[in-house]
Amino acid sequence: MKATRFKALAILVLALSLVAAACGDDSGEGDTEELKVAFVHVGPTSDKGWSWAHDQGAKYLEANMDNVNVTTLESIPEGADSLRVFEDLIADGNTLIFGTSFGYMDPMLEAAAAHPEVTFLHATGYKTADNMGTYFGAAEEGRYLAGMVAGSVTETNLIGYVAAFPIPEVLRGINAFTLGAQEVNPDVTVQVVWTSTWFDPPVEGNAAQSLLDAGADVISMHQDSTAPGLAAEAAGAKWAGYNTDMEEFAPDAWLTAPVWNWGPFYLKTAEAVRAGTWTTEQYYGNMADGMVDIAPYGSSVPDDVRKLVDERKAQIISGEFSVFPATVTDQDGNQRDLGDIFAMDYFVQGVVGDPAG
Amino acid sequence: MNESAEIGLLVLAIAAGTPVVYAAVGEILAERAGVLNLGVQGMMLVGAVAGFWAVFTVESLWLGVLLSLIVGAAAAAIHAFNSITLRVNQIVSGLALTIFGTGLSTFIGRAGETQLAGEPAPKSFEPLLTGGLADIPLIGPLVFGHDILVYLSWLLVAATSYYIFRTKPGLALRAVGEDPPSAESAGIDVAKVRYIHVLVGGALAGLGGAYISLALVPSWTDEPIGQAGWIAIALVILASWRPWRALFAAYLFGAAGQLNFYLQTQGVDIPSNLLAMLPFVLAILAMLVLASGERARKLGAPAALAIPYSREQR
Repeated sequence: MKATRFKALAILVLALSLVAAACGDDSGEGDTEELKVAFVHVGPTSDKGWSWAHDQGAKYLEANMDNVNVTTLESIPEGADSLRVFEDLIADGNTLIFGTSFGYMDPMLEAAAAHPEVTFLHATGYKTADNMGTYFGAAEEGRYLAGMVAGSVTETNLIGYVAAFPIPEVLRGINAFTLGAQEVNPDVTVQVVWTSTWFDPPVEGNAAQSLLDAGADVISMHQDSTAPGLAAEAAGAKWAGYNTDMEEFAPDAWLTAPVWNWGPFYLKTAEAVRAGTWTTEQYYGNMADGMVDIAPYGSSVPDDVRKLVDERKAQIISGEFSVFPATVTDQDGNQRDLGDIFAMDYFVQGVVGDPAG
Repeated sequence: MNESAEIGLLVLAIAAGTPVVYAAVGEILAERAGVLNLGVQGMMLVGAVAGFWAVFTVESLWLGVLLSLIVGAAAAAIHAFNSITLRVNQIVSGLALTIFGTGLSTFIGRAGETQLAGEPAPKSFEPLLTGGLADIPLIGPLVFGHDILVYLSWLLVAATSYYIFRTKPGLALRAVGEDPPSAESAGIDVAKVRYIHVLVGGALAGLGGAYISLALVPSWTDEPIGQAGWIAIALVILASWRPWRALFAAYLFGAAGQLNFYLQTQGVDIPSNLLAMLPFVLAILAMLVLASGERARKLGAPAALAIPYSREQR
């Protein structure tokens, strides 16, 4: 009895796979071989933040490249266990895999070593292999400009900054934001609160509220949800977001945000992989190549501030202005060399908080 | 905004604790009837998405509340059927409900023409009073500064406590959770009592979830409730199955979560990742101290908790 059932099941599975194969032939009629590309995100693509921005890039790739098959996995926890996910994707035939969060670094490196035929691209990391590159962009340019806007509108001269983890990427953003705010308002202080999470709306919102309670009237953030903005809106404060244009979440609070445009990079990379011309690199985009920008200003940003920030933006794009000077004053008032910004582990003067978390 | 950071800490503790209050009171009712429901996280999520859907599509907060109650109860009905009628392992069924509810809420959030995911709520529950009484130092923000769902949770706690310990149906409930055969011989329909309380418990979990999507963070993304459902289950034990204790325990947990940010704004030098663990450390300590065998029994753990009841096996 059991054996017959098993046989019936086997026949069914076989029949279904033949149908699937037949269907597959229809769609695969291009002159190029299908390229299977996978994206692995740490948060949900619905976050309207970091993962959402990457997903927009994936959609851009899908729309602008022939015969490409995009798989997207969301809410994949960082760390050693993510290796299993990368192995699954490889077993499924993906030959180009993007991991969009820092904590995938070592698992991706391990998978890359075991599968030289697969190309890996890791966002925000620093480890590479022959078949694994990294990519990121100078969000600090957008941060600086957002800081200028925030520094212009604060009345209490205390800006709250909700931040996820004390890693160089986040510290770099906080420092650039603070330098931008100080350019227009030397009296400004930026208070940092660490949440130890990229994405947890209630926690992020409560962290923002505690900064508002401490007297901040502008909230900035390095988080993936919109919750800090909702808290700012409810308190009648202002908000500089991150990742995407989030104005609809907090129309009165909205100032601007550093935003990402990943699509062209994804397309360029996929085309290079298909053509066999891709070589490992540490790609660092910026405002000049369009990977980084700032979102449209909120209605409460005064015209003179817009003009000032737009001028700076033009100078950043032309290369006349660099957001980080060669020497900076650190949190304790000591002059120091800027150092490697990809290993930044200190706060500049004007930031309150612990750069070690 | 002018209140001091210390009062802000307490106000936030109440806000962060409120979804947990609803869910924990609901779980107390189910467990008092002898049914352990580990599906709280799942029931909260489906309630949260249902409430948000109502506000998003017809802009009615109260319809959102109603819908979250109904959907939470419907989700609980699955567990009730599994654990009361089919008498399957309650732990497995509850965990399955959490997984199911998590997936379903994500699915609903992305189904349809206009996705809910990535959208702000057009309306939200806001503090009832601004100015006047709410401006009284200390007492104002702590007592008069909340939205209506916070006040309803206080009423709920008072009513549930009275119901469990001071009414005849409450006595029947406790009897069913302690000694189902005796309850049955006293003429109580064990299955019916269990069904009712598991369903009501699910409705309250649904409302707890909706508090997050309609008041705390009025928006929708996948899984926006953090670990509130699991905290609620741990709190039931910490509160030794008593509603008032659950209320204060929920606020204690809210404060533990908030203390991290408060200490950081005050410049206290403790690693923030350690502080972020505080609510969970509290939960584990509560388990260690309170939930061990005989001690849990003395504190009020229903004797028949998680044990399926069958009339034939009496």
